Amino acid sequence: MKRKLHPALIAFAVLVFIFLTGPLVIIIGSSLSSSEFLEFPPQGLSLRWYENAFDISAFRRTMGTSFFLAVAGTALSMLVGVPAAYAMARYRVELPGWLGNVFVLPVLIPEIVLGFSIMKTITTGYEVPVLPSLLIGHALLVLPYCVRVTGASLNSFDFSIEEAAVSLGCPRWKAFFVVILPNIRAGLIAAFILAFITSLNDVSISLFLTGPGVSTLPIQLLAHMEQFFDPTIASVSVVLMFITVGVMAVVERTLGLTFLTK
Amino acid sequence: MTVSLTLENITAHYGKTMVLEDLDLHVGEGELVSLLGSSGCGKTTTLRLVAGFLEPTSGRIRLGERDLTRLPSHARDIGLVFQTYALFPHLSVRDNVAFGLKQRGIATSDRNKRAMDMIERVGLSGFADRYPANLSGGQRQRVALARALVIDPPLLMFDEPLSNLDAKLRVEMRVEIRRLQQANGTTALYVTHDQEEAFSISDRVAIMNKGRIMQLDTPEVLYSRPANAFVADFVGFENVIEAVATGEEGGMILAEAGGAQLKLPKSHFELPAKEFLLAARADGLLVAETGEGLPATLGLRTYLGRAYQYVCETRAGNLTANGPLGAPLETGANAVLIPQPEQCCVLHREAR
Repeated sequence: MKRKLHPALIAFAVLVFIFLTGPLVIIIGSSLSSSEFLEFPPQGLSLRWYENAFDISAFRRTMGTSFFLAVAGTALSMLVGVPAAYAMARYRVELPGWLGNVFVLPVLIPEIVLGFSIMKTITTGYEVPVLPSLLIGHALLVLPYCVRVTGASLNSFDFSIEEAAVSLGCPRWKAFFVVILPNIRAGLIAAFILAFITSLNDVSISLFLTGPGVSTLPIQLLAHMEQFFDPTIASVSVVLMFITVGVMAVVERTLGLTFLTK
Repeated sequence: MTVSLTLENITAHYGKTMVLEDLDLHVGEGELVSLLGSSGCGKTTTLRLVAGFLEPTSGRIRLGERDLTRLPSHARDIGLVFQTYALFPHLSVRDNVAFGLKQRGIATSDRNKRAMDMIERVGLSGFADRYPANLSGGQRQRVALARALVIDPPLLMFDEPLSNLDAKLRVEMRVEIRRLQQANGTTALYVTHDQEEAFSISDRVAIMNKGRIMQLDTPEVLYSRPANAFVADFVGFENVIEAVATGEEGGMILAEAGGAQLKLPKSHFELPAKEFLLAARADGLLVAETGEGLPATLGLRTYLGRAYQYVCETRAGNLTANGPLGAPLETGANAVLIPQPEQCCVLHREAR
């Protein structure tokens, strides 16, 4: 027996597929162009813009900064967010209901406003150097993801296993590490990936917080595009894309990505 | 090492609500005592207080010579079996069972040997490398049991351990729990809302209501001689009839109830006062067409398989009584309800 599909449905599915993958094809195509301009379809084939991307020291440097911020900012945010999510799930009855909403504020407030206020208070107000300001800004930006995604796996968590561990002689602080954390691993990884990608892509907050000598890759890309409208941007994007895919592949191999579909 | 558990004058609050009121409880060495009651009666609170997950407002908890009242939970040395099994999903059966031993700093080889021995004792040899997700409910509860037993605790506690299992497995597991508890001679506190479960495995049962123990006794005494109307109702004495003793006649107590004279054998009943309550199970009032008993008009008849049950209108109020299968009586018929001493008891009127 054959399943009957409506032609319009098939057409719609194909359109969605093109819509999703189209930009990727265009970027990869234009990055391989040998012409001086960012254009699609590419004129000729060459890897010169990739070479150029790696030649420009600003890209190498800012990529380093961006990765540092994404890793350190996310780590910092997890350090605050995971215990917060735990407390809110564990003491749901005792704690006020609005508390959870406080942790999503950075998503609700327009990023521009968030970036501006961090600059006003931290960078100019307390004269914190550029890199630490950026770190704080990124940690704050990704905090909602850390709290919410870990919180989602903690809300369905059966805390009696924590009590079981305690009854078997395990102190509560230790039970958090040996029983709770291993069982919300999927949520932790999901939170980390979401936060990592959000931080890596951020423009609006970094725009306010970057300063002399310290910039992030997206900001550098913008600056580069204003000066030269060449395919270097496309090639940097492709490199970024493959690094992200690579990270996901490693995670998939080692830990499994089933949590994204769960 | 067997010890006894003592709770003295325990009062506990959730916020401002009092959940336990001046509770005293003693569980003797090697004894299994059940806390039985409907939800909200304080039975789980009592268990959680002993486990150290809650703190009493006042009172003392002692386990043998040790005062547990302010001791942190992890230092109490109590084996706990949960309703949801509470196995560690990320650990194999063996590591689940060995967890408590690991916390006690026992060397790996010794730990594994003791865990494997215990896994064998609960009948799960061959499952040691499985993960909880790949076990059935009954198997999971066996692992939970092994995990609590392997640390050789002076006290075992069960929090409705069988309510997530199907009926057949429940009977099998409660026998298993009783067997292991007796083999080790461990003192045990068992929380359940299932009367049959509590009665079948306990040395003594405490029936609880609104944060108080209504009666603590052996299942036999609870079943046949409840101390008050609450316990009587709980153990199935559905009918409570007001009666007044009028005299005695050859080993029988004469009593007046619902406008009729009843004869109750003296050997069965010890009247608390002249005015008393007669409590009867549905089986304790035999529906008959004629005889010496309470006159009644029959209402709705239902079929129980072993008997017919009637809603009966009497001068003592609406009563539930059973009649023999052989001769079903029609709705509206007049009949008498004859007390069956084995299924009746007497209560103090004030205990109502």
